[in-house]
Amino acid sequence: MTFVNSKKITKASKVVGHGKFLKATFMTMEISEIKEFARKCRVEIIKMVYRAQAGHPGGSLSEIDLISALYTTRMRVKPNDPKWADRDRFILSKGHASPGMYAVLAEMGFISHTDLKSYRVLGGVCQGHVDMKWCPGVDFSAGSLGMGLSFGMGCAVAARLEDSDRRIFVMLGDGEIQEGSIWEAAMAARHHELGNLKVILDRNRIQNDDFCEVQMRMFDIPAKWKAFGWSVKEIDGHNMNEVMEGLDFLEQTNDGPSILIAHTIKGAGISYMENNPSFHGAAPNDEQYKQAMIELGEVSA
Amino acid sequence: MTRMAATRDGYGQALLDLAENPKVVVLEADLGKSTKSLHFRKAYPDRTISCGISEQNMLLVGAGLASSGYIPFASTFAIFTERAFEQMRNGVARPNLAVHLCGSHGGTHTGTDGSSAQSIEDLAIFRTLPNVVVMHPCDDVSTKSLTMQLPELGKPSYMRTARNKTPVMYDGRESEIKIGKGMILREGNDAAIIACGVMVSESIKAAELLSNDGISVTVVDMHTLKPLDTDLIKSLVERCGVIVTAEDHNIIGGLGGAVAEYLSSKCPAPLEIVGVKDRFGESGQSDEMLEILEISSPFIADAVKRAIDRK
Repeated sequence: MTFVNSKKITKASKVVGHGKFLKATFMTMEISEIKEFARKCRVEIIKMVYRAQAGHPGGSLSEIDLISALYTTRMRVKPNDPKWADRDRFILSKGHASPGMYAVLAEMGFISHTDLKSYRVLGGVCQGHVDMKWCPGVDFSAGSLGMGLSFGMGCAVAARLEDSDRRIFVMLGDGEIQEGSIWEAAMAARHHELGNLKVILDRNRIQNDDFCEVQMRMFDIPAKWKAFGWSVKEIDGHNMNEVMEGLDFLEQTNDGPSILIAHTIKGAGISYMENNPSFHGAAPNDEQYKQAMIELGEVSA
Repeated sequence: MTRMAATRDGYGQALLDLAENPKVVVLEADLGKSTKSLHFRKAYPDRTISCGISEQNMLLVGAGLASSGYIPFASTFAIFTERAFEQMRNGVARPNLAVHLCGSHGGTHTGTDGSSAQSIEDLAIFRTLPNVVVMHPCDDVSTKSLTMQLPELGKPSYMRTARNKTPVMYDGRESEIKIGKGMILREGNDAAIIACGVMVSESIKAAELLSNDGISVTVVDMHTLKPLDTDLIKSLVERCGVIVTAEDHNIIGGLGGAVAEYLSSKCPAPLEIVGVKDRFGESGQSDEMLEILEISSPFIADAVKRAIDRK
């Protein structure tokens, strides 16, 4: 068992044949356990943004069920050996939604919960946007939108050149796909038939200034990806049964790149943040923080 | 008779020679025939990744490969590397991933395509990026030699090459070329000309013009703009007293800018900067461009005289 932070939540582990190189293990969780994992991550997201009085809670809360499920049931990684060459990669292209990823990395044991207090603090491993030079377990220095899919494509080409069956997971935001470079990468990934490149789109419908529909209408997003030659599946990104089906789809689609379009709610889990563009990039005040902790079941009302 | 060759051919030959390292991969953006990565592509198609006409994607595919242990060489026209500047900044330089970017057809010397293709700002912009080594060699021999050193560099780089043939300076001297070390090509005591790229041979011509007037100058090929060989510049100031820089690039931010930054802060000396005077080029033959933009050898010689007058 290579997952070291497993004392409460691990039920079983699978052993996976891993090319000609290594045997790797990864954890599996029951649905109820993933939900509890994600709840704890939500608590940490709110605490990080509250302490820093800055950051991006909305997109962290919309993505967290997806990233929690991905790490706890699919990712072949070793938290005590984060640079393991044959690990699966996870690239958070929407790198400003870093509190979500940091919370998962802490729950997984890549970093400590104390490290989470360094979010946006001078010298901290938890830089404002995820950074591979600062934080163990981060595979790409993101923060500038539209870059992660291209980087992931490079990782996918490298895996194929090495004849490795490691997978490359990339999470995109929906506002982010307004960047033209996303479509450069989408075209190229299919051209090169990169079946090891697997994308999750966090379709939370809100971007920095307003609702996506107001800022830039994107019309039929699944049709766009299909037209670029990708395999596409849509799910409710907060329904854990659907999330598991969606991750199955990504894992089982290997004849070309695949994308899971997850319909989510920006700020999911905190009532006053849900579907509220104001909490794309704003921290809760004292009163809002207390309410969030009540809603997450950390304290009683 | 001086052999004539294009620096881009030195790049293409180096990629072929580097291919025995299985980690070397080549990325193209539909200009491999022009940048000369096509030779590698023909010999090693499995290690050549066509990115289409998508420079932004190409730079970051390179970053992903570099993060996975590969040594990517990406090339396109110098002007189009600028389109991916932010990818180079945020996705390559910031995480210090050793992607090696080559911009061919740089400068006004590229000629008749006109100003849309004449990059005169590439050296300036890439020089501003931490971690990035910036080079602009003058001949095919030094281009090949510098390129062959890149797998050991361990950090990203930008190299400008040129389309058109220029006089070869280093036949038989390949082993003397080192990243970060300027090369003295001619010695004199009245002034020192520091040049890069096509302007190195123009500077040699200027030195010959000046010798007719009894003026002896040192000519340096500063093929690496960053890190700048400041020890050499300091010794040139001590020997000659005045410096002239020459580049096929805007006078803002390139070789002249780099030398000015050093001189003004550490080693004050009169400096004349020969380069494109903050204007765009136009269609014309290579030699016509150097004339109309006032950077050819007679203009360098005039700048040397102005510099000496400031002693």
